Amino acid sequence: MSRKNLRSLVPLFAVLSALGAGSAIIAATGVSPAEVYLRMIRSTFGSGYGFGQVLFRATTLLFAGLAVAVPFKVRLFNVGAEGQLLMGSFAAALCGMALPASVNPALGVPATLLAAMAAGSIWALAAAWLKVRYGVNEVISTIMLNFIAQGITGYLLTNRFAVPSTVHTPEMVYGSTLPGLDALLGLSWHSPANLSSLVAIALSASMALLLFGSRYGYTLAAAGLNPEASRHAGIDTDSRILGAMAIGGAIAGLGAGNLVLGYKHWFEAGLTSGAGFMGIAVALLAGSHPVWILLSALVFGWLDYGGLTVNTMVPKELFMIVQAAAILGIISFASIFRRGPG
Amino acid sequence: MGGVNAAARLSGISKSFGAFKANEEVSVTIERGSIHALVGENGAGKSTLSNILYGLLRPDSGSIEVDGRRVSFASPRQAIEAGIGMVHQHFMLIPTLTVAENIVLGSEQGGLFRPLPMRRIEKEIVELSRRHGMEVDPRAPLSTLSVGGQQRVEIIKLLYRKARILILDEPTAVLSPPETERLFETLRSLVAEGRSVLLITHKLDEVLAVSDTVSVMKRGRLAGTMPVASATKEKLAQMMVGRDVLLRTENPPQQPGREVLSIDRLDYVMPGGRRKLQGIGLTVRAGEVYGVAGVEGNGQTELLSLLWGTWDRRGNATGSIRLEGRELLGLHPAGIAALGVSMIPEDRLRSAVIPEFSIGENLLFGRHEEKAFHRGFGFDRERLTRETARLESEYDIRHGGAANQPLSSLSGGNQQKLVFAREMERPGLRLLVLAQPTRGVDIGAIEQIHRRIIEARRNGAAVLLISSQLEELIALATRIGCLFEGAIRHEFGEEEVRAGRIGGSGFEQEIGLHIT
Repeated sequence: MSRKNLRSLVPLFAVLSALGAGSAIIAATGVSPAEVYLRMIRSTFGSGYGFGQVLFRATTLLFAGLAVAVPFKVRLFNVGAEGQLLMGSFAAALCGMALPASVNPALGVPATLLAAMAAGSIWALAAAWLKVRYGVNEVISTIMLNFIAQGITGYLLTNRFAVPSTVHTPEMVYGSTLPGLDALLGLSWHSPANLSSLVAIALSASMALLLFGSRYGYTLAAAGLNPEASRHAGIDTDSRILGAMAIGGAIAGLGAGNLVLGYKHWFEAGLTSGAGFMGIAVALLAGSHPVWILLSALVFGWLDYGGLTVNTMVPKELFMIVQAAAILGIISFASIFRRGPG
Repeated sequence: MGGVNAAARLSGISKSFGAFKANEEVSVTIERGSIHALVGENGAGKSTLSNILYGLLRPDSGSIEVDGRRVSFASPRQAIEAGIGMVHQHFMLIPTLTVAENIVLGSEQGGLFRPLPMRRIEKEIVELSRRHGMEVDPRAPLSTLSVGGQQRVEIIKLLYRKARILILDEPTAVLSPPETERLFETLRSLVAEGRSVLLITHKLDEVLAVSDTVSVMKRGRLAGTMPVASATKEKLAQMMVGRDVLLRTENPPQQPGREVLSIDRLDYVMPGGRRKLQGIGLTVRAGEVYGVAGVEGNGQTELLSLLWGTWDRRGNATGSIRLEGRELLGLHPAGIAALGVSMIPEDRLRSAVIPEFSIGENLLFGRHEEKAFHRGFGFDRERLTRETARLESEYDIRHGGAANQPLSSLSGGNQQKLVFAREMERPGLRLLVLAQPTRGVDIGAIEQIHRRIIEARRNGAAVLLISSQLEELIALATRIGCLFEGAIRHEFGEEEVRAGRIGGSGFEQEIGLHIT
């Protein structure tokens, strides 16, 4: 088997070794790992509700993963998906709240999603602009923008918009919400999974097209790999940095479609539960390829919800260890295989 | 040669970076108590050789002797212990510390928590600096010193560490003429007390003024070593830039047509205030090759960046660059390319290709805006595959395997042929700008590239050829302009160049005089 083929198996090795390490930890607490994993599989793939939960969590992660992957094509590390998702979610909740109650979903949903995308996009563009104009490293600026987003949304929620004695905004109008999968497909999963999951799948397919099949994607890759040569070839690298971050931020903002429009119908404290950060891991595991991100989001979504279902046997913290170990594994495996010729 | 008197002897040094041979079988002996100059163009291997002597690089083969003892340095620290010191082109000093602190830095004596005997150190520094005419105030913060003063600190630092062999990398590049003279006096006083100096430079006047022996490097090899007493500027210039006569491309005469490119009183001042171009003026007609001769660093890079619209806009450019009457100054690369201009930059890997991209993707690079390659919102893959196959066979681009392998797997010569194929095939090509088109390219590919340049000319394109290889210019050019310190100092007309082409090495020496 050639080195290249081996390299494409790195993510699989990483996940397996992480699960192996997880097993060892679980066994050390005196519980049988086989029993734990069996219960996880049964409660996720064995029930409509469980599967819907996995799908719902994977969907947010898919948006967040794509939000990292697109800027990465220009070699920008967007650590700010969390802040972009927060701003998008808050904007969506406010927009859905402000629309008249009688608004037609054909108008209300696009308007709300557009608000979310615009907010996420602006947040990402701030980092891109700082980079282009002043050469500020995007990792640092996006991290700081995450804190600022947390501050802004937290402040506005508690001091301005929260329904008294709750930590959430008023419910959105019906015309700005997305239908659940149950209603759409005539299922009775009673899960939070909604139309967003299908949108996310279509989005990752179109991002694959954008990055690998379009002229724009070609120039993004060129600008990322060799900015100097790209400028020579007449590619405006600054506009590619701005463009890729704007797209990434808009996608992160679209995550609001799943969390706010499809499920909660309001903005609340702790809404994102760090999904934006997890998106970095999702993109890393998939090597930033939009199609592999589909799979990697499912893996992380499964670990996320599966961990909850075995809460009585294994503490949730253990699954955080397994997730983090998987990421560490990918990074180290990848660098091991990158060494040597080729 | 000079058995006991050799301070350092490098024998058969070879060093490669990947496929690039930076040093090949280089042997140099630095006599004790002498100034040994090492000259050569950028990229000739001077810095690699000095970095090997200073322990920054390890040679692939060859041996080094210092004071008659065989040594092998794993790091500069070991070289320093053996009595070797180096002043880099970019100083390794800390602006916030004082002169004395900078000098002791790295060679502090005493315990971790014991204060340094600064008084004693300062006294020593004052003594050292007086003896060699390098007065400095040891207590002055480094940031208050001029560039020349900082250089003196670097030299005192080496003396403080008891260096007996001093390597100076382009020390005069940053100095004013009086400062340069002062430096030379210091160097003379250093060798008078038995130290040795290796002076790396490409300024021939300085070599003749200050050094005792000179070694010339060309393309990683030693072109020769001689006592300065028997060297002349012309001789050194030819050794530095001339090339062995290996091939002469057939260059049939041709009547040039209308004026395509006209550069008029072009000035460029860099953002830092350094003036790089001073009123360049030249014209290139359709069906002629205008050669620009010159030692690198005389404005070639800046001229190219202005021609191609990639110059640093924080700098100041005045004058005009017109393509058939249309002003190019102010346009960006995409706009300039669209007018039928192709450019082959001096540094291929950095600015002409994307090594990770495939051959086909690189053939598209810079021409990706052409409608003929488009289909939908992507590219016409079929057409691209056909075009790639056609260019591969027509331009003899050889690669070992599949068409989608990354460009980095191709040899330098084949990469350059690919760049040529792409730029020559640009639709409506009117002006072809070439910078060092055969650098790092093997002999076989050079011949092909030369033939292509003549072919472009015969097809009616105007060609601007910037090269530091005189042989190449003489073989290809219709007229030759000599670039020196940002201006065309002399221009050889058609008749002169044609006569020089037949004339032999005398013409090279004549050009050499105008560019140094």
